[in-house]
Amino acid sequence: MNTVVASNKDRDLAAIRSLIQKHKRWDAMFGILGIVCLMVGVLTLIALFADMISTGGQRLSWEFFTNFPSRRAGQAGILAAWVGSTLVMVVTAATAIPLGVAAGVYLEEYAPKNWVTDLIEINVTNLAGVPSIVYGLLGLGIFVYTFGLGHSILTAGLTLALLILPVVIVATREAIRAIPQMVREGAYACGATTWQTVRDHIVPYSSAGILTGVIIGLARAIGETAPLIVVGAVTFIAFLPPASGTGEPAAGVFDWLFADFTVLPIQMFNWTSRPDANFHANAAAAGLVLVLMTLAMNGLAIWLRYRMRKNIKW
Amino acid sequence: MNGFKILTIAAMVAAGFAAQGAKAQSIVKIDGSSTVFPVTEAVAEEFQKAKKGAVRVTVGVSGTGGGFKKFCRGEIDISGASRPILAKEMEECKAAGIKYIELPVAFDALTVVANPKNAFLKQITVEELKKIWEPAAQGKITKWNQVNPAWPDAPIKLFGPGADSGTFDYFTEAINGKSKASRGDFTASEDDNVLVQGVSRDVNAIGYFGYAYYAENQDKLKAVPVVEKAGKPAVLPSQDTVMKGTYQPLSRPIFIYVAVKSADRPEVKEFIEFYMKEGGALAKEVKYVPLNAADYKHSLEIFTKRRTGTAFGGVPEVGVEVAELLKREPKE
Repeated sequence: MNTVVASNKDRDLAAIRSLIQKHKRWDAMFGILGIVCLMVGVLTLIALFADMISTGGQRLSWEFFTNFPSRRAGQAGILAAWVGSTLVMVVTAATAIPLGVAAGVYLEEYAPKNWVTDLIEINVTNLAGVPSIVYGLLGLGIFVYTFGLGHSILTAGLTLALLILPVVIVATREAIRAIPQMVREGAYACGATTWQTVRDHIVPYSSAGILTGVIIGLARAIGETAPLIVVGAVTFIAFLPPASGTGEPAAGVFDWLFADFTVLPIQMFNWTSRPDANFHANAAAAGLVLVLMTLAMNGLAIWLRYRMRKNIKW
Repeated sequence: MNGFKILTIAAMVAAGFAAQGAKAQSIVKIDGSSTVFPVTEAVAEEFQKAKKGAVRVTVGVSGTGGGFKKFCRGEIDISGASRPILAKEMEECKAAGIKYIELPVAFDALTVVANPKNAFLKQITVEELKKIWEPAAQGKITKWNQVNPAWPDAPIKLFGPGADSGTFDYFTEAINGKSKASRGDFTASEDDNVLVQGVSRDVNAIGYFGYAYYAENQDKLKAVPVVEKAGKPAVLPSQDTVMKGTYQPLSRPIFIYVAVKSADRPEVKEFIEFYMKEGGALAKEVKYVPLNAADYKHSLEIFTKRRTGTAFGGVPEVGVEVAELLKREPKE
């Protein structure tokens, strides 16, 4: 600016001021546009949430969480659904996190840069965009029929793990890339192997980013309906998976993995399609629980991230 | 990174145990039609209460076709169906060695509904319904007076279930003479509540769906009495008219199919006996129309005697009486 002003003495101060004014106006306008865009998203969410509270809020009670589904809307609850959702998420997380993180670490730290790696990279990115029903069919073919795992919690968890694996891999890679190169160089300079570098530096430093990816993935998985219907989730179920050591004969530690199940989105879908409007209130209440579960997962992630960051000493 | 380690170990152990496969459990597994679901769900709920949790029942909603697929693979004990088993499905079951017993459990009355503010639509004949819904009507029949000159010169707005629905199949068969033959330019939804909303908001609307959706929304909708043939009276769908068989041709029986192998298991046997005894009252409670008491008795007899096969021979029919169905010699 200075040079322009200096070289162009004809221009008086007023013209420059008006130019600055104009630019500032544009700046403010863009700011307003940004706020409007943000509000579209936030207000939609708030409206949705408010609607769910007003329709389903009064259904939220202790009984709603401890009752099984029923043909009577007033007695119907989500016990089987929330337990099912939680257990499926446990299996999904236990599968997708180690596999996804390992794959991401391999691609970033170990894989040679050649066309095979490129091909894998492109495929992983593309997989993130595959419709979830395709994963359902894959799960049905592989886990149910080939491996004979049945229409079980295990099948559902593994299927959803496949679904979110690309998300976890991509997030892991992004997080690893954000680590300065000097960290690796420092480790290697001290004689560390790649594995030692990964274990002691790369994974701990990138864990906050990885965690974000995992939560995004799990938040997507918990809302899925279609692939779970395909792999055989049921709609009416009035018993819980066997806890280990209970029942006659006593259930094994892993018996719950093979139990029949349902999940919250399926229960919601069934309730919204009922003729009786009281069930629609139940569906809204179940939706609230689902949103709160997602929020809780996000909260947990933020807390873990905060704790992990505190422990990192660069 | 202890968390990751634990998760890794857990995943590996889980994979190891996976090889064991599922244990045999005394669960009655049911799947199939979403139309039969409310009745079966009510029966399952009461049955488990009566058994004090000793027997477990699961009910899925894969649709009639999806249910038969699982049924003929031997994955489930009972399949709910809003139409009789088709020839192709019979072959699939035969190839897999699955024998089955066909039991009618209730009626579903397809209800023709209009907006409550609609003053001129006092009744409608099957002939008029055909004029509105047949494939040839597409793009041509757009006003009420084109169907019946006595009706006003107002646009006609159509609402109906999507082409994947059994309700759609039955209605088109009953009205247009051929299953799935329908005009395509109507508001279609798999969610009947959307159809309820649509008809209740438009004075010129007409639509059709299962009786339960009308019964729960009587304040927003008006059922239109249907005249089967010239000379017959206009009949409204109700418990009474459907049970007596006068609401024709839009009332249909819905079924469950029980695998014979499963029927020998005590919990499945007890469940079916419970279904045939309590099913009628429970069907009524969830706004379906029960069969006549004699028909439930007859069905139970068919089950006890293990008369396998279907009374339809793989071809859906319109307007059959349940009592007559049960007398037929079933084919496999």
